[in-house]
Amino acid sequence: MIAFENVAYNYGGGELLSEVSIRLAPGSFHFLTGPSGAGKTTFLKLAYAELLPTAGHVTVFDRDVRSLTRDDVAMVRRRVGVVHQDVQFLDHLPLAANVALPLTVAGRDGHMQDLTDLLGWVGLGKLADALPASLSGGERQRGALARAIIMGPDVILADEPTGNLDWEMSLRLLTLLVELNKMGKTILIATHDLNLIRQAKSLVAARVLRIRNRRIQLAGADL
Amino acid sequence: MSVRRSLAAMILPDRQADRVVPPSGPTAWLTTFTAGAMTFLAVFALALSLASGRLAERWAGALAGTATIRIAAPADQMAVQTAAVLDILKTTPGIASARAMTDDEQRALLAPWFGPDLPIEALPIPRLVELTESSDGFDAEGLRQRLLAEAPGAVLDDHTRWQRPLAVAASRLNLLGTLSMALIAATMAAMITLAANASLAANAQVIRVLRLVGAQDDYIAAAFVRRFTLRALTGSAIGAVAGTIGIALLPPVDEAGGFLTGLGFTGLGWFLPLALPPIAAAVALLATRAAAFRKLRELT
Ligand SMILES: Nc1ncnc2c1ncn2[C@@H]1O[C@H](COP(=O)(O)OP(=O)(O)OP(=O)(O)O)[C@@H](O)[C@H]1O
Ligand SMILES: [Mg+2]
Repeated sequence: MIAFENVAYNYGGGELLSEVSIRLAPGSFHFLTGPSGAGKTTFLKLAYAELLPTAGHVTVFDRDVRSLTRDDVAMVRRRVGVVHQDVQFLDHLPLAANVALPLTVAGRDGHMQDLTDLLGWVGLGKLADALPASLSGGERQRGALARAIIMGPDVILADEPTGNLDWEMSLRLLTLLVELNKMGKTILIATHDLNLIRQAKSLVAARVLRIRNRRIQLAGADL
Repeated sequence: MSVRRSLAAMILPDRQADRVVPPSGPTAWLTTFTAGAMTFLAVFALALSLASGRLAERWAGALAGTATIRIAAPADQMAVQTAAVLDILKTTPGIASARAMTDDEQRALLAPWFGPDLPIEALPIPRLVELTESSDGFDAEGLRQRLLAEAPGAVLDDHTRWQRPLAVAASRLNLLGTLSMALIAATMAAMITLAANASLAANAQVIRVLRLVGAQDDYIAAAFVRRFTLRALTGSAIGAVAGTIGIALLPPVDEAGGFLTGLGFTGLGWFLPLALPPIAAAVALLATRAAAFRKLRELT
């Protein structure tokens, strides 16, 4: 699905990530951890072609991201659902329209039943008509997750999706992601929350990647 | 391909797609107003251009026509010199026909100034010989030399001397009218580009979100293009109607103005301002589209 081959990245200062070689196999479930500022968000941006690697190759759906046109990138975004760390909505549209936005821009409107079900699943059924500005941080994150999965993407990349949620809601979202993984979706979650990782390991064969000294390694059982 | 797609997107309103960009910004009225004002001006430039075109055509037509030879001679020599002039003209290449005017004709010519009862026989009025050029034209200077030698009282009055500058002025005016319309279109394109840029900048955040959820550039651009095109079309339609009414209300000058043909439209010309709103819409479409794609590449 997504493969990193000897990838390096820097924002213009020193190198942030070096020699990263990772393969996210179809149907796999990964966590990505590391200290704040280590480059988790940067790694995700490389994975959905928001950033191009300064060295090495990132391959998404068997295509080198450097060879993608702007339209190709748009198509990649439709197959990769992303929950951004700084969730951004269109502030003039109600939550339901924001969640359905990927369908709207793809010209695939009209799955209203799916939308209602999905909002119910993430506990936002009653807030469908609320404007984003009136939502709490946790509600925004849940809305972002709903928006990321509404297209039925092959891959879901979630950046701190439970950062603002209580444990109960975190578990609920984790369960949703595990269900999606069982349906064959490839999942990667960047998180600091070790409890969440432990909980997930009891539900699914999740692997943990850790950023340390600019490298990304598979963490052992020491978590 | 993509221009066709955005044309289609413009013609077929897409309510869903229109909603993804916030309803309206501070520049919404600017485009409508600019298109209206520019079209209003364009109607006048169009009328000027058409009127001066007619004028140029008329004068150029008169030029390639006729000339007059004026014979001023003592009464007893008049007949001889007239005959001599007609002889010369017969052998001058480039002259199709020549004819001395009769007394009655000359009286009719002078009537507006001196009244119908002018005793023309008693006055030392020059005799006029009217000649028609053939399509090749004749050598005016050569003819003058021969007249000087053989009929000293005869003077070639070549209309071209005063008509040519008028014809040139008219066709220059025509050119200026056309140029004005081009400038008006360019100004409108520039103003709409500014307005579109302002709107795109104000919506930078919206554009980023749309890109993140997988919107293609065409889709995002179309949302802006559709808006600006419709605004330009509306404004321009109002401007075209107002300008045409303005022209229609001009007092008729056909009689009073003599050689002026009037600034109005004639016949089917009255429908020409109808072509301006679609042109304004096309200008808005292209200007907004170019601005949108530039901004999209800059932002994401
Ligand atoms: N656009 C940018 N330009 C310059 N530096 C940047 C940019 N974005 C991020 N950085 C820097 O890169 C480093 C890694 O940022 P990144 O957001 O990937 O970290 P992170 O692991 O996601 O951290 P957190 O856990 O706090 O979200 C940080 O030091 C950050 O300051
Ligand atoms: Mg981060």
